[in-house]
Amino acid sequence: MNQNNLSKFCPGCGYPIVLGLLSKILSEKGLSGQAVLGLDIGCSLLAINHLDINTFQTHHGRVTPTMVGFKRARPDSISLGLTGDGGAYAIGLQNLLWAAKRDEAITILVINNTLYAMTGGQTAPTTLKGQITSTSPHGNEEESFFGPELLKSLVNEKAFLARGAVNDPKTLSEYLATAIATQQAGHFSLVEILSFCPTNWRTRGADTLARLNSLKETYKMGII
Amino acid sequence: MSENSKQLLTGSQVAVMACRDAGAQMMYGYPITPTSEVFSGWIQNDYPYLQTEDEVAAGFAVCGSVLAGKKTFTATAGPGHVLMQDALSMAEGMRLPFVAIVGQRGGPSSGTVIYSQQEVILACFGGNGEGMRLVYSPANLDELYQLTIKAFNDAWKYKFPAIVLTDGYLLKASAVFVKPKLLANISIQAPVAQSANVHLPSIYTLEEDLHEKLAKDKKDFDSARQYLEMAEEYMIDDAEILIVAHGIVGASAKQAVQDMRAQGKKVGLFRPISLRPFPKKSLNFVLTKIKKLYVVESALGQLERLVREEIESDFSVQIKSLHYPALGIEPEEIVKMVNKN
Repeated sequence: MNQNNLSKFCPGCGYPIVLGLLSKILSEKGLSGQAVLGLDIGCSLLAINHLDINTFQTHHGRVTPTMVGFKRARPDSISLGLTGDGGAYAIGLQNLLWAAKRDEAITILVINNTLYAMTGGQTAPTTLKGQITSTSPHGNEEESFFGPELLKSLVNEKAFLARGAVNDPKTLSEYLATAIATQQAGHFSLVEILSFCPTNWRTRGADTLARLNSLKETYKMGII
Repeated sequence: MSENSKQLLTGSQVAVMACRDAGAQMMYGYPITPTSEVFSGWIQNDYPYLQTEDEVAAGFAVCGSVLAGKKTFTATAGPGHVLMQDALSMAEGMRLPFVAIVGQRGGPSSGTVIYSQQEVILACFGGNGEGMRLVYSPANLDELYQLTIKAFNDAWKYKFPAIVLTDGYLLKASAVFVKPKLLANISIQAPVAQSANVHLPSIYTLEEDLHEKLAKDKKDFDSARQYLEMAEEYMIDDAEILIVAHGIVGASAKQAVQDMRAQGKKVGLFRPISLRPFPKKSLNFVLTKIKKLYVVESALGQLERLVREEIESDFSVQIKSLHYPALGIEPEEIVKMVNKN
């Protein structure tokens, strides 16, 4: 964490947990200098000066192709794209599918909190069926969207796809480390991370954790 | 191709050669007429490239590559040029030296496939910004070569995106090309160097921060103008009538001026080469002696809009126009128009 800049995330947000774990792994592996963190739009953009590593913002849905360009230009970099579920699976899906299919040696971290958080809690691809959001006031009619499972049919056998959660930091750290190692071996990696958003969920303490845990019934943890 | 040697080349071949001579190391593209041959020509030379899934990905991959410090470019047209505005807007906001060769094919919608001059406003002012880009309009193959190299150098020097705005007629036409002596390209630095710990925003949380950033960008843009503005002035010393045209219509207008001069008419040509920044100072200087001005373009007044905006308010010059959207303009038509009015 960059001590000169206060966190811009809401109290209780899951993003800082992911960034903290990522930072620890990069530091332990001696990769902080090579690492470059690209940010999609939405809450991910708040990570602009969260870590003491090269970081830049991009546009909504566009962190993936930007990191493709960066990595191809500098193959020794550790190119990381941080995005929400909307950036990855809605507006950015076409670019994500093709980056995965081409086995681009980049790592995409997708925060799944089942809604568009920054814009005020609208329906996301990952919104559960029946979930009420500001754009689904009568409950979401769509089935859930399973990003890593979708990509599974496209990717190289050496690519790494997994789903973790912010309340299981040990496993999540393992996934992040494997994802980075996969990139170093020249392959695509994506980790979807179930995260909480007490601001938009309008939950407190125990309820926030309970809701996160209940998401695991729909979104199965593990290596996909 | 060695310096001073002659070769019959298409515009696309010249553009590819210019990109390479400018030091371009990578191209991202999505095929679209009339710039597909720039892409395939680049690839046939075994230069590094990636054919992306769409122009959006091509544009943002250019941004990523440029952030990493590689001279990188794309080529696109019409609807692809529209999609590319997303990435161009990011490049404008983050001051990235994004280079694009645009072959105008007109519009709205998918336009035609080969020719128009209807992407002037899009190239100059597309995106949710203030048009802080460099847009160069070549009239022939020599200029296509020189302006493409200049686009790379200016983009990396001044940190604004640069567009070489051409069309399918110029890209697909073959002509004898003599390669000029190469000048040294400027040295470049990666915006995101290893271990530099930079934090580059594309979004500003506070209105005041964006306001301040734009004020700095405008200052940079305005102070660079004197080095970037380019125009050809032809037969203007005693001219009373001025034709303003750009690109290959400018080449046609030059022939028209020669024809009218032979008839004893005091006609001159002002051909803006940089459409953005527009050569405001030289246009206004020329206008001190001009009674009548004709804007000639293959569009419904896109160049005319730029011209009108740049004319100082104390000139009361009469402006007439020849608008031929999607069609090429022969010198005879220009002569006819001037003689009629």
